[in-house]
Amino acid sequence: MLHAIAILLTCQLVGQVTVTALSLSLPGPVLGMALLVGLMLAVPKLYDVVRELSEGLLAHLSLLFVPAGVGVVAHLPLLGQNGPALLVALVVSTVGGLTVSVLVFSAVLRLVERGA
Amino acid sequence: MTPVSDIWVYLTDSPLWWLTATVLAYAVGDWAFRASGRKPFVNSVLIAMILLSALLVVTGTSYEIYFDGAQFVHFLLGPATVALAVPLYVNRHRILRTALPMLAALVAGSLTAMLLGLGVGWALGLRGEVLLSLAPKSATSPIAIGVAEAIGAIPSLTAALVILTGILGAVIVTPLYDALGVRDYRARGFATGSSASGIGTARAFQVDPVAGAFAGIAMGLNALFTAVATPLVVDWLF
Repeated sequence: MLHAIAILLTCQLVGQVTVTALSLSLPGPVLGMALLVGLMLAVPKLYDVVRELSEGLLAHLSLLFVPAGVGVVAHLPLLGQNGPALLVALVVSTVGGLTVSVLVFSAVLRLVERGA
Repeated sequence: MTPVSDIWVYLTDSPLWWLTATVLAYAVGDWAFRASGRKPFVNSVLIAMILLSALLVVTGTSYEIYFDGAQFVHFLLGPATVALAVPLYVNRHRILRTALPMLAALVAGSLTAMLLGLGVGWALGLRGEVLLSLAPKSATSPIAIGVAEAIGAIPSLTAALVILTGILGAVIVTPLYDALGVRDYRARGFATGSSASGIGTARAFQVDPVAGAFAGIAMGLNALFTAVATPLVVDWLF
């Protein structure tokens, strides 16, 4: 547990520092995630160290978005008269993005698997 | 004996109160989700948000005071994002085999969401910085906020749109993909993570571990794609 916490935080820290130092347009934790994948590929034993804590964190990933979600509700009045137009644009674009993305993935997957 | 009101003042001044309230509200949401037979529209984040917002209004508490306590939960988003490395590592062979579908779905899905958001917003009369705030909303918050700053949009509005997109995506994705007849959890997970970022990824993990792994990589790739593509698209359009 202690080692797992240390590894996750260190990867995040290295990611954060690298992103800031090189002004990359990537969130620090995402770079930290890539770093941890790389570390596990190099030293497979690390997987056994971080597995339990990581799975625990991810099992309750939704919980971690609650504080930001409450912030959105608190700031909803700021949407003001643009609210309805923003919400319609948001719904249409999200449904559109979800649909196109899943259909393109499925179509290309079929092509690739037929070719293989 | 200390009067009840003194205890209340003590409690609401301490971060422990709103931290506990956040976890309890989420536990209620999670219980409702399970009690409903895991119905997608009984979303635990949404329920917790509504409960806590009502509590803030009733007690006259500002968001800043609330966040003093809730920040400890919020902070864990960073380590949890790093933890996505574990499902990626476990599913690495599966993920490498689908590099081409992932790339195609990423570009097509992200551009569709971006152009539809800007197009529909424009048609409904939105202009300027408010309209632009829609462009990066499918990316994970830190990237979306950074992109909003870079293209002259309103970062706090974009941050709100990211969360709303995530909740909407998490609620509709299962019925939508059932209706479309897509059963492959690689496709479903990837599309959810790239369109509805973190909250979508959390939903994908609720449904299936493979879907979760693909949602995680999609969220990371879409962060990269949004950062690079949004300024180009905005330059080209405006």
